[in-house]
Amino acid sequence: MNVISLSPFDLSMAALLVLLLALLSLILKLNLASRIVIAAIRTVVQLLLIGLVLKALFAQISLLWVSALSIVMLLIAGREVMARQQRRFGGLWGYGLGTLSMFVSSFTLTVYALIVIVGTDPWYTPQYSIPLLGMMLGNTMTGVSLALDNLTTSAWRQREVIEARLILGQDWRTAIGDITRDSVRIGMIPMINAMAAAGIVSLPGMMTGQILSGTEPMEAVKYQILIMFLITAGTGFAAMLATWIGARHLFDDRQRLRLERLS
Amino acid sequence: MTTLRLQDFQILSLKPLNIEVKDEILFLSGPSGAGKSLLLRAITDLIVHKGDAYLDEKNCNDIHPVQWRKWVGFLPAESSWWMDKVGDHFSKKDNPYLALLNLPDDCFSWDVSRCSTGEKQRLAIARLLALQPKVLLLDEPTASLDPVSVMAVESIIKNYSSEFNAPVIWVSHDKLQIKRLKQREFEINNNEIEEVVA
Repeated sequence: MNVISLSPFDLSMAALLVLLLALLSLILKLNLASRIVIAAIRTVVQLLLIGLVLKALFAQISLLWVSALSIVMLLIAGREVMARQQRRFGGLWGYGLGTLSMFVSSFTLTVYALIVIVGTDPWYTPQYSIPLLGMMLGNTMTGVSLALDNLTTSAWRQREVIEARLILGQDWRTAIGDITRDSVRIGMIPMINAMAAAGIVSLPGMMTGQILSGTEPMEAVKYQILIMFLITAGTGFAAMLATWIGARHLFDDRQRLRLERLS
Repeated sequence: MTTLRLQDFQILSLKPLNIEVKDEILFLSGPSGAGKSLLLRAITDLIVHKGDAYLDEKNCNDIHPVQWRKWVGFLPAESSWWMDKVGDHFSKKDNPYLALLNLPDDCFSWDVSRCSTGEKQRLAIARLLALQPKVLLLDEPTASLDPVSVMAVESIIKNYSSEFNAPVIWVSHDKLQIKRLKQREFEINNNEIEEVVA
């Protein structure tokens, strides 16, 4: 099968639809017109840039450059996790907690997938490693930020209950146990739902993209299954790790609840 | 007999406190916002404080925090409940204090959300005493109770203190109550904690 290459004209026909939407929201006074246009421009610029980066990266297979891009992706994802939280830990913790959890989970699982499952040679072949890591980070980011946001917001709201449980002689793990369980659950639910609905309600984006670009459907399906499993595991592990470390950090060494550590 | 001793114990801007409480009821009074509740929370080691608290000459810092809080039974001014049923908050099914507080046998099957403030307060007292703490720190335990329940709580605490030789620190605004029960009284005023001499 041949890929039908999209011309700039084709893309501007699609852009016309977005402009139409912006116009409509202007007429309806939704206050969204400028945001739609800016977001659309960001999409074009950012994707063109990453396209150029990937093109350069694919041309010379270098561990150094793959690592450098991976770190940049991780740091941006970490910033995103922090920005999505209403009450976050103060100082370095606010940034470090989510970033560390995503690093441990996404990087480990991506390397595992590359070496053990896909078996690319060399294992860091950018055509595989960068998209895999990108999918992992993108989804883990959502899971971690949902889990952490629930953890800190609930702890803030339920301060009396947590302290009452400490007073009655429960350890910190039990006193905040209901909240940590909920947080991990909330972080994992989007992926579990996505697995359950895959193929019936929605054709996953990656698979659709592969099929559009000419890959044989069964091959695309197999890769999609791999990705779904990796993402689910990665999101789950990262959400658990972030929630556990975060919950521990809400208490000090005398197991006092220290909400002032949230900013 | 249990002895609670505070040495250079300090929170906020309060002057350091040196005090020894034996098997007696010590009342703590003073205007709202003076730091009475914070002092009790600090003795329970729920908040950061300076100085040391000793229970029978064992320093709080050398005791595991969970163990310390089991010894030091703190009753906050407002009780907290986190499960649907009252009984889920009690570890043991038989609680001798329920009857003394005029709570019926079937109260464990009550929905917490349907309890009145006074019922919750009496339940909280029964919940705390069942853990058999060595010391009681009570933050206005009878403020939300009817006169009959106030009397019941007063006699229960008095008996508990003498039965287990337990020190009790009791925060109260009720002058008559203090008169009825007091063995000692301290007042917080202008950041100083001083003994009220009769």
